[in-house]
Amino acid sequence: MVTLNVNGVRRRVDVAADTPLLWALRDTLGLTGTKYGCGVGACGSCTVHINGVAVRACQTPVSAAVGKRIVTIEGLHSKTAKVVQAAWEKLDVVQCGYCQSGQIMSAVSLLVKNPKPSDADIDAALAGNLCRCATYQRIRAAIHEAARNLA
Amino acid sequence: MNELRIENQSRRDFLKAGAGLTLALYLPAGAALAAVGKGGAEPFAPNAFVRIGADSSVTVVAKHLEMGQGTYTGLATLVAEELDADWAQVRVEGAPADVKRYANLGWGIQGTGGSSAIANSFEQMRQAGATARAMLVTAAAQRWNVAPETITVRQGVVSAGGALKASFGELAAAAAALPVPEKVALKSPRDFVYIGKRAPRKDSRAKITGQAIFTQDIRLSHMLVAVVAHPPRFGAKPKSFDAAAAKAVRGVADVVAIPSGVAVLAADFWSAKKGRDALKVDWDEAAAFRLGTAEILRQYQDLLDQPGASARKDGDAAAALAAAPKRLTADFSFPYLAHASMEPLNCVVRLGPDICEVWNGEQFQTVDQGSIAAVLGLKPEQVKLNMLYAGGSFGRRANPQSDYILEAVHIAKAIGGKAPVKLVWTREDDMRGGYYRPLYLHRLTAALDAAGKPVAWSHRVVGQSIMTGTAMEGGMVKDGVDRTSVEGAANLPYAIANIAVDLHSPRLGVPVQWWRSVGSTHTGFSTETFIDELAKAAGSDPVQFRRALLTAQPRHLAALDLAAAKAGWWSPLAPGKAGERRGRGVAVHESFNTVVAQVADVTVKADGSFRVDRVVCAVDCGIAVNPDVIRAQMEGGIGFGLTAALYGEITLKDGHVEQGNFPDYPLLKIGEMPVVEVHIVDSTANPTGVGEPAVPVIAPAVANALFAATGQRLRQLPLRLA
Repeated sequence: MVTLNVNGVRRRVDVAADTPLLWALRDTLGLTGTKYGCGVGACGSCTVHINGVAVRACQTPVSAAVGKRIVTIEGLHSKTAKVVQAAWEKLDVVQCGYCQSGQIMSAVSLLVKNPKPSDADIDAALAGNLCRCATYQRIRAAIHEAARNLA
Repeated sequence: MNELRIENQSRRDFLKAGAGLTLALYLPAGAALAAVGKGGAEPFAPNAFVRIGADSSVTVVAKHLEMGQGTYTGLATLVAEELDADWAQVRVEGAPADVKRYANLGWGIQGTGGSSAIANSFEQMRQAGATARAMLVTAAAQRWNVAPETITVRQGVVSAGGALKASFGELAAAAAALPVPEKVALKSPRDFVYIGKRAPRKDSRAKITGQAIFTQDIRLSHMLVAVVAHPPRFGAKPKSFDAAAAKAVRGVADVVAIPSGVAVLAADFWSAKKGRDALKVDWDEAAAFRLGTAEILRQYQDLLDQPGASARKDGDAAAALAAAPKRLTADFSFPYLAHASMEPLNCVVRLGPDICEVWNGEQFQTVDQGSIAAVLGLKPEQVKLNMLYAGGSFGRRANPQSDYILEAVHIAKAIGGKAPVKLVWTREDDMRGGYYRPLYLHRLTAALDAAGKPVAWSHRVVGQSIMTGTAMEGGMVKDGVDRTSVEGAANLPYAIANIAVDLHSPRLGVPVQWWRSVGSTHTGFSTETFIDELAKAAGSDPVQFRRALLTAQPRHLAALDLAAAKAGWWSPLAPGKAGERRGRGVAVHESFNTVVAQVADVTVKADGSFRVDRVVCAVDCGIAVNPDVIRAQMEGGIGFGLTAALYGEITLKDGHVEQGNFPDYPLLKIGEMPVVEVHIVDSTANPTGVGEPAVPVIAPAVANALFAATGQRLRQLPLRLA
């Protein structure tokens, strides 16, 4: 049994300590917006924020997340996040949508650190977020749009 | 029974006959007239596709799977257009499995694929909206005692004169009491308010807030998650297993053998996966497939030298080839490809007395209902399918054998239906699970006359048949030719007097399936790079050479001209930096009745690596129902096709699939996505597909650009410069 701080709420989670945070979020806490895509940290669908940093929840055992601030797509309420989501909606970025929670988590994390990213900055920050529908052109445009609206 | 069914017999007979114009005019039990007695609490449901609530919400029932291609938005656009609804009041829900109401009119069964959703629904969904509108107008005319002709409907408001106004919700109960009109007129295209303009996607909000529900997200009370130990080779079966170590894993509830492997069940995925990894299984590999890619290629190579089943014969290609002054020949090779949707395969099943309920990104309702019913001894209509969003599919979720769905059903059956089961495939299960785009070899031979005009074209294809052994075999395989193996080759659009296309369909133990754009995934590449070779041999510009052979193909010409013009084909490409070589290539190809032309600009670096800088895409898909969705499908199709062009390759060794996850089966990354510009050819023809047709065009456009940059002809996918 561990206690996790998820989206600002302390949650008790009764799972083995080696359980990846991804499965504690999805199967134990019912926060299914964070997706399983590869299980090896190679696709980014499971991206969450831990202490403000974008990390892969499938590669983070719950034991390593104890005492830290975990934010998932469901708990994304910052101004930056709202502006990013509005840009995503305005440009109709999504197709199948399965990877988009992870894309948005990475985009928000990038804009918090770098409010005016170049194309190269975006490509580097989101290199670990795969999209099989290849919505990449719109992801890039939406991040630029969000950056303009945050300025 | 007090349920009331309104139906129009003539139309129902029409439906039975499988004719084009249909409106499934019967109501869900108790829906319409019953609403009157309940004071309008029940929605107004004039047909199987539209429901209007007392709150004025318009629910469009989508018969097609939303897997990213935008069909929920497209189908809703068609209804909103004829209903004159406000876009904001329209919501979409997935249809249940019911072939009588929700058949794909192009197929006669219910399912999504072949880029057919909007094409087959164009009239049907507009009729559905127009019928609802007509009934709302009649209800308003009666209420206000005015002639129906004086009533207008705009943006969800019904009005007459200046003063009389009503919302849909205010008229819903009265409209529900009316007979369904026999015939309603559809709008003239010049009156369209939604069709041809951008309407925001209906699934955006849910998908950017994590609220959209995929199969992976379903959780039923007391549900168990199943992870399966699959055999290491295709065709093997479980012989025996030792469950002790698996059962020792905390949370594991059960271990059961099923035809396709051994399933470990637990309350959550991670426990089930740990249990699966601990399980010891002894496999019966007597019937296992043990060849590797190298052996398969050797067998196919032999077939390339032998004539196959004829798929097209115009004139006498062999004689013309022998007689012509100039001949070219080239062999092409295409690997197995995995669909690799971001959502690995999964399926939720709950068994009850005389019922099986399934939650799934459901793409092939009628086939799956039949397959499930056969396993469980039920009638197909006792199989209830809940269609959820699919996190991609690219064809995979419409499996003719219902493979992963039956696996879930077998597990639920093996535990006696005591709990609902969610089957979850890991990424590795998904990638090694077969049902690939088949491996193909092609040989093309052509002859030019003294003026450089092609006079003969011979095209041989070798590769497994997708349709053989499926329920579609009868319709799709004729005289040894599986239409899907040669589509894009047998209908070569170029005017050449002597054309021969033939096919070998060897049978192998590797399961194969359609993959986004199907036959065109390979025929588009070989035909469009080979025509480029002919242009070069004739000393002609690649666009001009094609144009001269396309005079009878106005749609190809229009798309090609538009792409060439917008790409600046006739001006020189800007040079690269020192040490870089740049090139521009073109390709044009028709699939699913849509013509796409693309011009790709590439830069080859000094180290031999290359990137695709820019792609200009022109598409003729008939009337552009939602231009922004079309642009998105072109952009996405190009990115999807680029993954195949740059990376896609499933290989086998001793029957083992050598790839398992994204590190060894890479997908295109954001930094590799070119700038894509999409132009839509103006058209008044009925809409054709957009989900697939961009895919097959990009690889040949890039290969032709690489030739322009380097002089190297690449005839193998993925593309690798020497």
